[in-house]
Amino acid sequence: MLENGLRVLVHEDPSTPMAVVNIMYDVGARDEAPSQTGFAHLFEHLMFGGSINIADYDEPLQRAGGENNAYTTNDLTNYYCQLPAENIETAFWLESDRMLSLAFSEKSLDVQRKVVVEEFKEHYINKPYGDVWHKMRELAYTTHPYRWMTIGKELAHIEHAQIEDVKAFFFKHYRPVNAILVVAGNVQTDKVRTLAEKWFGDIPMGEKYQRNLPVEPKQAAPRKAVYHADVPLDAFIKTWHIAGRLDKGYYVADLITEILGGGGSSRLYQALVKERQLFSSLDCYHFGSIDAGLLAIEGKLVKGVSMETAAEAVDNEVARMRMEKVSDTELQKVKNKTESVIAFEDMSVMSRAGSLALYELLGDAQLMNTELQKYHAVTAEDILEYSQDIFDENNSNTIFYYSKPNR
Amino acid sequence: MPNRKAAPEIVDAVDFDLRLKPCDRFTLDNGVPVYAINAGAEEVVMIEWVFYAGNWYEEKNIVAATTNFLLKNGTKQKNAFAINEHFEFYGAYLNRQCYNETATISLHCLAKHLHHLLPVVAELITESIFPEEELAIYKQNQKQRLEVNLKKCDFIANRLIDEYLYGFHHPYGRYTSTLDYDQLQQDELKAFYKRFYVEGKCLVFTAGKLPGDIQQQLNKTFGHLPLNKQLLPETVFNLQSADEKKYHILNDANGVQGAIRIARPFPNRHHPDFPKVQILNNLFGGFFGSRLMSNIREDKGYTYGIHSYLQNHIHNSAWMISTEAGRDVCEATIEEVYKEMALLRKEPVPEEELDLVRNYMMGSLLGDLDGPFQIIARWKSYVLNNLEEAYFYNSIATIKTVSPEALRELAEKYLQPDAFYELTVI
Repeated sequence: MLENGLRVLVHEDPSTPMAVVNIMYDVGARDEAPSQTGFAHLFEHLMFGGSINIADYDEPLQRAGGENNAYTTNDLTNYYCQLPAENIETAFWLESDRMLSLAFSEKSLDVQRKVVVEEFKEHYINKPYGDVWHKMRELAYTTHPYRWMTIGKELAHIEHAQIEDVKAFFFKHYRPVNAILVVAGNVQTDKVRTLAEKWFGDIPMGEKYQRNLPVEPKQAAPRKAVYHADVPLDAFIKTWHIAGRLDKGYYVADLITEILGGGGSSRLYQALVKERQLFSSLDCYHFGSIDAGLLAIEGKLVKGVSMETAAEAVDNEVARMRMEKVSDTELQKVKNKTESVIAFEDMSVMSRAGSLALYELLGDAQLMNTELQKYHAVTAEDILEYSQDIFDENNSNTIFYYSKPNR
Repeated sequence: MPNRKAAPEIVDAVDFDLRLKPCDRFTLDNGVPVYAINAGAEEVVMIEWVFYAGNWYEEKNIVAATTNFLLKNGTKQKNAFAINEHFEFYGAYLNRQCYNETATISLHCLAKHLHHLLPVVAELITESIFPEEELAIYKQNQKQRLEVNLKKCDFIANRLIDEYLYGFHHPYGRYTSTLDYDQLQQDELKAFYKRFYVEGKCLVFTAGKLPGDIQQQLNKTFGHLPLNKQLLPETVFNLQSADEKKYHILNDANGVQGAIRIARPFPNRHHPDFPKVQILNNLFGGFFGSRLMSNIREDKGYTYGIHSYLQNHIHNSAWMISTEAGRDVCEATIEEVYKEMALLRKEPVPEEELDLVRNYMMGSLLGDLDGPFQIIARWKSYVLNNLEEAYFYNSIATIKTVSPEALRELAEKYLQPDAFYELTVI
């Protein structure tokens, strides 16, 4: 750790000619004010609009043979670049300057507001079913800021962003004390230490951001909503609250989604798409949220099937999870799948760097090495008990999303 | 305190001596060639079976894609559920994909499970039965999926621009309707399967931390199958490009964006201009720092993204510009695309900009060759496109040496607005 609170992690892998520099900031859409949603993500775009000493971020990186990208989630914001290991100092220079201070250009704000508005339109307005998750989040969360999506609640919030807001956000969240730097690939720890001191050492620490988010109260009764939209097929979506990322329940819930919806031999696909043919597509998933998240089942109905029939069929499968223990074979299957997912993810240096940053953000980078054990420790009893807990109808949120006939 | 105004020294990526890791080759007893890259730290393996079974060889629309999709939906011994469960139990991913010339089955798994999985892959390419019930479910669900996709302006635009470029009767220009699904027959799938899978032409690509006996394992399971005995049918398709060049389609009266596609026919990788045009394309719209992105996204904010690329086809290609832009700025976007073409025709690229692109391309090539799956993907592309290893070194030499004037001449030759089809779908 540097004196200014920046946490630095190094992962040496001499088998690659590349180096990865990954910076994760401990700020996401959950840290936004309800009147200014979408800001963390808009801000991510502005991080490429020039910093105090460097007019353009991308150009020098590309000149050094590098590539980069970034993403914002409800929980965090992550920036990563990969470049030939020889040129790693370029990444330190670029990343440290934009941590020191942005240029705060009006032109960049003006353009990126438009770009993000087009991104919003492309993914959430101009796509059939694009607004489903906006509606589901509002239904499932009354209090916690997971109530809105990363892109923002409405276009107006993005359109009205001002340069003063941008500055305030930067100096509140983009300080060394709120950031994690991971350097991975063909690098040596000593050299990384020297470079980190040189480029990041003199950046003022900033104040540690104290997250104090409103807690979502335990849901006491089922919630339902009905919508009609200009879409070709009726869609069904139902969610249940699950535990946060560090809780044991998270691992159990992850395996439950695999049992219900992971692949062609999963329960929901086999029973409701293949055997009963109620859905033409059906998925079960969760978002891996840090705070208490949602497990979702979402599908499009075969034409002619009523929403009530589809909903009841889903409920029956969920009820089975609450009544019967999963078999040893089924449990072994989802654990094997998890083992293989982890092995494939770990193939790329970039993905390993991102995981290290995430686990450090969660509290300890060492957690990365104990993930698999936590999955292996889950028993059939755990799954039964946790299913009884989460698949309580009072813990559920349902949306009937009907196809409105074209006029 | 570091001098933050000055960029640190860099090693120019163009000075790198990039090498393509050689590929091991061996042949199974039945003549099936295998290409292998043994590398990587994780205990994972990828195997891909490539069949010449794309829509190039079908006599009726969507037969090739359906046959490929339903390969794992039932064999003489196992139903679809049992097949899926077998692969998923071992944490393996079995995918299939249908392209124009080829169609593939790919397996990703931990190396330790390979011997449980290979025999079932062999079963899929010898004993699939395409049950009526599975076909019926597939038709119903695909039709519903199509109906949703037809609401999306980008989906419509992708179909139509290919039709304009190649003609609907060409495998690259053809697309699917509800009627095509309705007309599919089980016996057509079985016949296609027998000819192009069971007795088809097959190549195998494998990569990862390969077990020492990979060759024996593959030979034992696949070396006796009746593959690669027959010659492929010689099928020739004439390009039937559309006469009309400009199109404006209103698919959704309430749409807030338009999908724009601007494209011209372009020769395949064997044309001497191809590697140089790859560089010109990068400058034009091939990466984040390209002229189209800098102007239309980063300066004007008309779109979330705009890209240009050469289509990845074996026989013929096309040079494509693709974006989704705000409905009210579609015209302005198209105008800017043509302005950028004009600029490239008129003025040689400044050396500084070209140097950046050279470095960027070399750096990204270095990154692309990092890892066994990436290396085998490049070899696969060379093998399927009938290119030699020399193509790799020629491309690198071109990146290092192409001159601004040569690029300007290529722009003059190819970036002529009259040669482009132009389509907006709202």
